[in-house]
Amino acid sequence: MTSLTVEKPPSAETEAPTRGKNSWARRLTPFGYLSPTVVLIVVLMVVPIIMVISYSFRDNVIVQDNSVFAGFANYATVLKDPDFLAALKNTFIFITVSMVAHLLLGLGFAMMLNSPLLSGVTKAIFRVVYVLPWLFTIAVIAVIWRLLLDPSGVINYLLTTLNIVSDGVNWLGDPGSALWVVTFVNIWSGYPFFMISLLAGLQGIPGELYEAASVDGANPWQKFWNVTIPQLRPVIISMAVLDLIWTSQQFALIWMMTGGGPLNSTEMLSTFTYKLAFSEYEFSTASASAVIVLLLTMVLAFFYVRQQRER
Amino acid sequence: MTAPTTTLRSRRTLAKTGVIIGLILGGLFAGLPVLWMLSTSLKPNGEVFANPPKLISDNFSFDAYTQILGNGAQLRFFLNSYIVAIAVTVLTLLVAVLASYAFSRFTFPLSKTINAMIVSVQAVPPITLVIPYFGLVVGLGLYNTYPGLILTHMVFTLPYAIIMMTAYFNTLPKELDESVKVDGGNSWTALWRILVPISVPGLIAVGVYTFMISWNEYLFALTLTRTDDMRTVPIGIQLLMGQHSYEWNQMMAMSILGSIPVLVLFLIFQRRFIGGLTSGAVKA
Repeated sequence: MTSLTVEKPPSAETEAPTRGKNSWARRLTPFGYLSPTVVLIVVLMVVPIIMVISYSFRDNVIVQDNSVFAGFANYATVLKDPDFLAALKNTFIFITVSMVAHLLLGLGFAMMLNSPLLSGVTKAIFRVVYVLPWLFTIAVIAVIWRLLLDPSGVINYLLTTLNIVSDGVNWLGDPGSALWVVTFVNIWSGYPFFMISLLAGLQGIPGELYEAASVDGANPWQKFWNVTIPQLRPVIISMAVLDLIWTSQQFALIWMMTGGGPLNSTEMLSTFTYKLAFSEYEFSTASASAVIVLLLTMVLAFFYVRQQRER
Repeated sequence: MTAPTTTLRSRRTLAKTGVIIGLILGGLFAGLPVLWMLSTSLKPNGEVFANPPKLISDNFSFDAYTQILGNGAQLRFFLNSYIVAIAVTVLTLLVAVLASYAFSRFTFPLSKTINAMIVSVQAVPPITLVIPYFGLVVGLGLYNTYPGLILTHMVFTLPYAIIMMTAYFNTLPKELDESVKVDGGNSWTALWRILVPISVPGLIAVGVYTFMISWNEYLFALTLTRTDDMRTVPIGIQLLMGQHSYEWNQMMAMSILGSIPVLVLFLIFQRRFIGGLTSGAVKA
């Protein structure tokens, strides 16, 4: 570790002995500064991706040492598995509903926090309150909501008192509700990041645009659609794609709230892959599933990069 | 448009009331679960599901906290989390400062390619990496050790840190480091004598974010450690959930204790942190 991090770059351009040497040293200097990063990227990304792809085409990997070539058999196993297809569908619902809700809540809260009608102190206090959910680690968020959603917990108390439900509901134990409940909790924990970015975006919109709109006789609603939204568009689109990528990688929340159950109703691609690898020790099929997840993520990342280029 | 001032003013009051009601509703949505966590941590476990629920119990006590803090096994989770998160933060900052310096101050071939690779690391799903990491870490004898966790956490922290630090260095005028070279110093002295000292605000923002990511990391901590004496706080909270009957008050106390480092760092560095984050993540 130490050799990676305190490595001194090639000493460059000290006294400039000859022109040729100097220019060589000058050319190599940036690579000296980058070498720890490059080594880490190779060890932490390039090599592991090559490894997981090679695992996915072999059988008996990691736990045994007599691995054999298996072709696409592992991929066929994964793609034919009804649990995988359920996980794909659940992940799709989970990430799209979360993203839309994150955007709406984040935009709504950011606009309230940016309102010229309120004093700076009020805004500062509410900004801290609104950021709260984002400051807790997912493990904490999972236990808070398991406490709140318990059949005899405070949410059921409120709902029975208000006569919305007649009896304590086992929100996380019911296959009909569990997916929506974990999605709701993910919405609660994730909107602040949208809010912070959109707030920065709102503060960056030049006031003259709103003044010009007022001169043209625009009402607040028209200003919102014709000034605010077009100005925020680039931020909204890149946040939306980033959110889809991040939410699709959510593992801890599902694992700690439901473990993918009941009856696979909250199984995601991440929990499905994890179980194959670390509960069933089917590392070859798990690797095939992990490569499929990687490919799906690359599709999203492609849109993100294209969007960034256009800006 | 030529409405009398009175209706304009009343419309303004109406709008203000609407915004305040909205703010309070949103505040309840964001804050009530957190308040309930705090309330539960201060109750005896027998009263956690009392009907009707009480925000402040008659038997209010800090027992859950003293039970956690008096338990060596629980304290070990905290020690482990601090060791890993601090090591990740220091190493990430060191490596990122060097890389960001190269990106910010030098033009060289492959610069765009290397930069694109660093950005793309952020999109690689952890679930894809955890399988080969398991193979690698076991193969290198790093399974169930601090270095195994520290090294793998850097896959999450390094790309952000480099992107944010490069953006920060780019805001500093190049004339600053040129002045050192005029005095006979090389680029290495320019970096450590000039750029790093004036980049402290940026380093703090990046450091806080790095610490948060490592402190909160769950999947690798779950997979790459085995024994309770190597587990970090997020896994410790989960272990508390599995043990005996649910000790909800202790789980909430541990959750709060486990959140304090991040909460404190965030509140102190809020402004710098949010500024650094949005400039790094959104404009990168």
